[in-house]
Amino acid sequence: MFQALVNPDRFMAFSRWAAPLFGVIALVLAAAGLVLDFQAPPDYQQGYTVHIMFIHVPAAFMSEFVYVCLGVASFLSLVFRHALATAAARAAAPLGAGFTLLALVTGSLWGRPTWGTWWVWDPRLTSVLVLFLFYLGYMALEAAIEDETKAARAAAILALVGLINLPIVHYSVVWWNSLHQGSSLLRAGGPAMPAVYLAPLLLMVFAYMAGFGALWLVRIRGEVWRRRAAVLAMRAAT
Amino acid sequence: MFDFDAGRYALFVWPAYAVTALVFAILILDSLLRARRWRRAVEAAKPEAPQ
Amino acid sequence: MSGFSLILRRELALSWAGGGGPFLALGFYVAMASLLPLALGADPARMAGIAPGFAWLVLALASLLSLERMFERDFEDGALDLIALGPAPLEMTALAKGLAQWIAIAAPLALLAPVIVAALGAPTRLTPIVVTCGLIGGLSFCFLGGVGAALSLGSRRGGVLIALIVLPLFTPPVIFGAGAIEAFVAGLDWRTPLLLLCAYSLGATALCPFAMAAAARNAIS
Repeated sequence: MFQALVNPDRFMAFSRWAAPLFGVIALVLAAAGLVLDFQAPPDYQQGYTVHIMFIHVPAAFMSEFVYVCLGVASFLSLVFRHALATAAARAAAPLGAGFTLLALVTGSLWGRPTWGTWWVWDPRLTSVLVLFLFYLGYMALEAAIEDETKAARAAAILALVGLINLPIVHYSVVWWNSLHQGSSLLRAGGPAMPAVYLAPLLLMVFAYMAGFGALWLVRIRGEVWRRRAAVLAMRAAT
Repeated sequence: MFDFDAGRYALFVWPAYAVTALVFAILILDSLLRARRWRRAVEAAKPEAPQ
Repeated sequence: MSGFSLILRRELALSWAGGGGPFLALGFYVAMASLLPLALGADPARMAGIAPGFAWLVLALASLLSLERMFERDFEDGALDLIALGPAPLEMTALAKGLAQWIAIAAPLALLAPVIVAALGAPTRLTPIVVTCGLIGGLSFCFLGGVGAALSLGSRRGGVLIALIVLPLFTPPVIFGAGAIEAFVAGLDWRTPLLLLCAYSLGATALCPFAMAAAARNAIS
């Protein structure tokens, strides 16, 4: 299995069946999650808007999870200079940015009916906003440098700097929020989430993870082909 | 069986689901089309060695 | 340590010379401060409430201004290649560049800050905390900024790109510094946030040179 991650040809063979499989798993989990989602009763505090939680929390979780994946891929890319690692880092960024955007938009829509404003400086939403800026900076840096190898390395360094900073950002935002006794998005159902909410939530989180797995593999495949095409074009030109 | 009665929250809940579906659609289409484009580029440049 | 002081002296000379040294950043600081009453309406009570936080924020922004030049001159005239090949580790030069930026740009900004705060109507008793946060936070801004400057070497967008990379990284020091200042104003515990700011700045000073050197090596490779 490890070979599939290290050897590009083995990776292509592995991802050829793995990507669609993850895709199918994602769809099945999402279907199950959505079924349970709309069978769940309205929350005693938030009413029907609790249904947004089932698409907001997975998106917020994935925005962080993908950044960690990006960081690990970047680290491997820097240390081992492995082309697959570089491809994986590059492929993950737009997906992470997409999840982060979803977390922000759904978070805003979730907060509006409960708090009366379109944005709340809730520690989690604020952290997600900063994370969104991390993603944008990463993608901007990579796009701004012409030489592809240099661009990948620079972006990898930035990803690692961002990864180290991420827990500190979390801590500082939580600390600041506790000072101001700011609003915090209420957990549906009070302190302990009842099973009727927990089940669809977990299903959706796993659905999002499987979906990310599928899309990440597809994008890495695209990257591998892109590099091969570039190499072939260079050989043809000489 | 399913509770779709959003009442006054409909204005917030359904757009949230719509945006989610839209972003996923974009990510899926972009990823698949991108991969397909580069696979075809490789196949065009090197027809004698498939995959 | 005489080698390091030589490098530091060179970097200081570079920072002070060309582009007017700290005056660009100081001028920006004053200009922004003048815009606040225009943007806000000259209600003194409202401005005085915002003044400390605003002055702190603009101090952070002003430190972005001369970041581009931190590596650019050496990169363009080939000096960076020589430095990288030389006896001193590139990390040490990166440390010197960050410190030079702090001494030449951040320290003047920190000293101007209480003047700005007072000009915007906040009480002058805030001076010690504002200067302290400006000096300590300035370390973070200079070293994080240095990482941004090194990463964008050879890129097309320069200054704006550095800002986009660096500003989200500024989040913790901005929060801790603002927390210390606001706590001081309100008579609450200002020591904790100040200590957090110190911890962050020391961490940044210690770690950023490694990222700066790696990025610089990448750019000249």
